[in-house]
Order: sequence, then structure tokens, then C-alpha cells
Amino acid sequence: MITVSSLLDDHWYKRYKEISRLNIRSSIYDVTDHCNLRCKGCFFFSSGEHKAASEEKDVSLWHAFVEKEMARGVNLAILIGGEPTLCLDRIEAFYKRLPTFCATNGLIKVPRDRFPDMMVGISLWGDAADEKILRGKDTFQISSANYEGDAHAYYLYTITPKQLGKIEKIIEKITDVGLKVHMQLLSNDEGVDGFSWKPEELVDVRAEMDSMLDRYPRTVISSKYYHKIITTGEMLGRRFGWMECPSVTAPLDKRTPRPKRLTNFIRWASDLHTMHRCCTSETRDCSTCKDGAAHMSWVMVNKRSHIKTAEDLQNWIEVYEMFAKLYQFIPW
Amino acid sequence: MNKTTTRVAEIIINELKLEDVTPQTFDADLDLVDEVGIDSMDLATIALVLRDEYGIRIDEDDYPKLTTVRIIAEYIDNKLTSGE
Repeated sequence: MITVSSLLDDHWYKRYKEISRLNIRSSIYDVTDHCNLRCKGCFFFSSGEHKAASEEKDVSLWHAFVEKEMARGVNLAILIGGEPTLCLDRIEAFYKRLPTFCATNGLIKVPRDRFPDMMVGISLWGDAADEKILRGKDTFQISSANYEGDAHAYYLYTITPKQLGKIEKIIEKITDVGLKVHMQLLSNDEGVDGFSWKPEELVDVRAEMDSMLDRYPRTVISSKYYHKIITTGEMLGRRFGWMECPSVTAPLDKRTPRPKRLTNFIRWASDLHTMHRCCTSETRDCSTCKDGAAHMSWVMVNKRSHIKTAEDLQNWIEVYEMFAKLYQFIPW
Repeated sequence: MNKTTTRVAEIIINELKLEDVTPQTFDADLDLVDEVGIDSMDLATIALVLRDEYGIRIDEDDYPKLTTVRIIAEYIDNKLTSGE
């Protein structure tokens, strides 16, 4: 029987043991139906999720809801859609109780006296030109001023096909403001002209992402295996899609056979009752989904499939470490 | 190995589809997380099989303690003895 220690040297085995018992159990929460931007390609609006439920406005019910979520075993709250920072009281209901990650466009600064160590992921959709096309304004100028040097914030850089050959400039800008960056790919849910990936572009972007990781290892939080998975949609000869995705809301998951999945995962709408199908758009074609968290989770839940060779297991460790860093379970 | 230990090893081998090992050759003291690489979902699956086989309930809070085949077997035997 192949054991973990038989595949790893002392260095890698130590790294494995530091993450092997983390047992991260995340769920995703829409905090509000509203946003202060309307980005082309934002699945929350393009798939009508902002109309799926009417947001709960009684903060005391948010506090009671989070208590119930903790009793369900959730130990990581991921706050998204629309723009969570519009509702700081609701964020606080989570932050007071459990590790919390808040996605934001960065236009509003999270007050650090109230949320001193909450991890903040700032969305960025490219350079100023792309941002203006897709989001109506260059958000970097504002978000970088709000979060410069913040030890608990990083950029979630959504790379578009138009960014090929230009990624380094963005990474440099982020390095210059003393922040980290995690790269993901645009899924282009609204079919904006020129923003859908062609196969050859995915090959090129993978090489460019690898190069950024090599050249900016202190700034870029990533792994080459993740780059491979997200650009090819393949892992160990298997293809990503509905029958493989781990990020499906547990009570709505009727798949047979049931794939390896995130334990007790639910994505909640902001009425605190409605559940969304999965971590991203319900209207998205799973076979072309580029959701970074779903692909990371896909690797993470398939640990035993990676206990075949030293290289496979090291790849798994690097992806798990990346996820654990992005959500503050281990230091940068 | 006693009967429970052998049966627990057999269940784990079957559920995880482990290769090149039998219930008789499975090291009952091998750490299931650090060496076999099981995760909480694997353990939840194994717990369901054990529940059906032995008619016992394994609390999720107890999962972190169940680190080896021997410890799981002792846990089961204790539950059966105490009639929980």
C-alpha cells in the first residue's frame, strides 16, 4: 500500500502534516442583493440571482442564522454578492463568530478598527481599459488606495483573454502597493465580445501565469498545478463538469453517483432561506466553468487520487496550501 | 488482530479502494490521516458503513480521535460493551 510518507521527503511530509488536519468546511453567503457596480460578466446579476430572493434586513436574524450555520459545522464563511461592504452589520454577524472572508470590489474600505483581521479579497478584472469595458470604471485606483499595505487583503485578479501579454503590468502594480494577488479566469457569462477563451489562448495564459509565479513568488499566491487544472479543465485524466464539481449545494445535490464533494457546503441567498445550486452561476455551462474556487476544491477533495506518485501528492499539497493561505488557515 | 480490528480494516480497504493490502496485512496502528491520507468525507463514509454494520452512532465530534484502525475498533467495542 502506498503511504504518504513513502512518497514524500521530510520537507514535503512536514508541509503535508501542517494542512492534513485542517478540515476546512466552508459555505458561501450572499450578503445583499445590491452592488455599487454593475459589471458585465458578473454572474450574480447576469443569471438573475439578485432577484432570486429578497434580502433579510433584520440584523438579529443574521446573527441567529450564523449560529445555526456553525452548529451545522461550517468553519469558514465566504461572503460574496452583491457588494458585501454595503452591509457591514451583516458581515459582523459572521466575523464575530468564525473565520470570515469578504469578497469586495474595493470601492468601500472595510473599517479595520471593526474588522482588524478579516481577510478581504478585492476583485480586479484587468487593466484600466478592461475594467472600464467590463465594470464601467477603473476600480484599481480606488481599491489600491483603500487597501495599500493591508496584511489581510489580496487582489482576486480575474484574467480575461484581452490580458494576454499584459499580466505582468498588473502584478507589478499590485506588488507596488504591497498586496498579494491570486489569479483566476473570466468565465464571460454574458458573452461580451472578445472576452471568451479560445483553446490557444488558454495555453498561452497558463504559460504566462506560470511565469508570474516564478517571477513574483512573494506577490502571487498560486500553484502551477492550479494553472494547469483551470486552463485545461482536466485533473488526473478526468474532465471538470457537473458530475465532478465538489461545490454543489449539499441539500440540492441529487447526482448519482455522488462525486467527492465539499462536506455540508451550501451557497445561501441573502434571504437566509433560499439556496443556490452551486458556488457560481446557475446558468453557467459547467463544462466551460472557470471558477477558481471550484477547481481548487476539486483538487482538494480528491486527495487520495493524488496519493499515487510524489509529484501528484506535491501538486495536491501546493493547491491545498494555496487555498489555506487565501483564507488565512496558514500564514502567507 | 481481533475480529473488530480485522473487519474495520476490511471496510476501510473496500471503501477507499486501497491496493496492495489485505485486512490481515493492514498495520492497525498506521495513522489514517498522516499516512493513508483519508479526509473527513472519507471518515464520514466509513462511519456510515460502521453504523449500519454495528448499529452504533459515531459522533462527528469524535472523528478527530479516530486516527487508526485499532482506535476505531476499540471505539466500536467500547460502544457495544456499554450498549450506547
